[in-house]
Amino acid sequence: MILRFLAKRLPLSLITLLILSIAVFLGGQLLPGDVGRAVLGPLADPRAVAHFNHEMGIDRPLILQYGSWISRFLVGNMGVSYTFRTPVAPFIADALVNSLKLAAMAFVLVVPLGILGGVWAALRVGTWTDRAITLLGQSLGVVPEFISSIVLILIFGVWLRWLPMSADWPDDSGALTQIYYLFLPSLPLVLIFFGYIARVARAGTVEALDADYTRTAVLKGLSWGIVLRRHVLRNALLPTITVIASLIGYLAGGLVIVETLFHYRGIGSLIYSAAKAKDFPMLEAAVLTVGAIYAVASLAADLLNALLNPRLRAGGGA
Amino acid sequence: MTTVLAPPRRLRSERTRRAARSATLLVGLAILGFWVLCAVFGSRIAPIDPYADNLLATLEPPSWVHWFGTDQLGRDVFSRVIVGARDILTVAPLATLLGTLLGTALGLFVGYHRGAVDDLVSRIIEALQALPLVIVALMALAAVGTSNLAVVMVIGFVFTPLIARTVRSAVLIESSLDYVAAARLRGDGALDVMFVEILPNVLPLIVVEATVRFGYAIFFVASLSFLGFGIQPPSADWGIAIAENYSLIGSYWWTVIFDAIATASLVVGVYLAADGIQSVLRE
Repeated sequence: MILRFLAKRLPLSLITLLILSIAVFLGGQLLPGDVGRAVLGPLADPRAVAHFNHEMGIDRPLILQYGSWISRFLVGNMGVSYTFRTPVAPFIADALVNSLKLAAMAFVLVVPLGILGGVWAALRVGTWTDRAITLLGQSLGVVPEFISSIVLILIFGVWLRWLPMSADWPDDSGALTQIYYLFLPSLPLVLIFFGYIARVARAGTVEALDADYTRTAVLKGLSWGIVLRRHVLRNALLPTITVIASLIGYLAGGLVIVETLFHYRGIGSLIYSAAKAKDFPMLEAAVLTVGAIYAVASLAADLLNALLNPRLRAGGGA
Repeated sequence: MTTVLAPPRRLRSERTRRAARSATLLVGLAILGFWVLCAVFGSRIAPIDPYADNLLATLEPPSWVHWFGTDQLGRDVFSRVIVGARDILTVAPLATLLGTLLGTALGLFVGYHRGAVDDLVSRIIEALQALPLVIVALMALAAVGTSNLAVVMVIGFVFTPLIARTVRSAVLIESSLDYVAAARLRGDGALDVMFVEILPNVLPLIVVEATVRFGYAIFFVASLSFLGFGIQPPSADWGIAIAENYSLIGSYWWTVIFDAIATASLVVGVYLAADGIQSVLRE
């Protein structure tokens, strides 16, 4: 059953990735025009520009360039950085590990908070508590990360002096020190995501509370705690899983801002500095990596959803 | 005759009344209206020339002369915050307009004709969703170079398939209704059916979609300007001001906090207005 689901879902992910890779490739190779000129500057010798373009393989037909680029990419050879003149892959790997730490920190905080907030609002649906949680969550969700970061830095870094203002921890820091340094940078992401998660958790809980199976469970005399745990939450939190996975894709955009602001060497600040320096191989590799992670995450979410949802499991429909 | 005309008129006045009662809509419109006034008349409202350097009065804390203090070049922060509304309130609406026009046309087309184009657009939308807008924009702007026009184009083009998807699903529903079949039987051309018959019926939905997108556009223009890929200096734009001054935040908080509050108020205002419009238009 799961295999059949995978067989249907996997080709879609692959097509998405193919389109994405073509778009990223065209964005990096076609739009910039003369890359050698852009990298070396307007005053550079035309011969130096031509030499640079030849050395980087930019003077060949596009389809050949794409073919060699994507086939090398698939075996882990992501090209050579224009800026550093060394392979791109190690930069991506280091940045991913760092971003993963920051993202994990944010998710560990926001997932329980968001679910708690959403379920709490749902249990008091229509009251001021409900409205306050919903409005607060959604208002916070529309404020750009650099604004909330600035305010948080001012409060916790400058005025209260509780937390370091940069995520750049000392070299030989242990796990606890790293967590301490990551706490403030993770908060802007928490603020952005709280509203989304709370909204979905609230909607799911409201629906489940209203469902016939909940009424049956209450009427057959189960205690409220058991009804909540076994019947309401189990059904309510399914859609939340899908939303969390879709946030992983959005997360990368937030990371660009937050990592740049907090001087943190992750995939977001890597994309930012590569875009600044017009280092297209680095940019393409980083962007495609982000896209691939999103594709895997959404595939995993769909799979998890299918595994957990008895209706999908039995019906076989996707 | 009157009986035929009565329902729409009653509907409209009912909508107006509902709009007047909606607190979120009014608060949102008030905030947005305030910033639009600043954007249009900013240079006349500002008490001090927002672009004038004064190297004898740099980084002064808020005072009676400089309500929000001065920045590194001695420019009056209060005046700059007021004038700073102009560029973001030019770029973001234009980007939204571009995306809405193209997205509506595309959505009508693929929703009405379906077929291969429909499939292709759906796939492209899915691929686009794999990347956050900030990253798509960074990549495109790094490639074509940064200018206000480039920002409008990039955000407009990214919005196009997203808006097209919403329009498409509404057009699919409308296409199956009798009035569309009647128009076709009457011998109306495809363009007539799409733009004269279907478009007026999906217009409320397009308005809602556009206001929601406008909120996103503000968000992204502000973020891109902060990153140096959006509006460019010497504009008094809030994002630029924050980027220029946030390294000073430890000692000179007034150089960033007012711009931050201004940005936050604008995005929340637009969000409330969009939310209000949505609940008014959806019966």
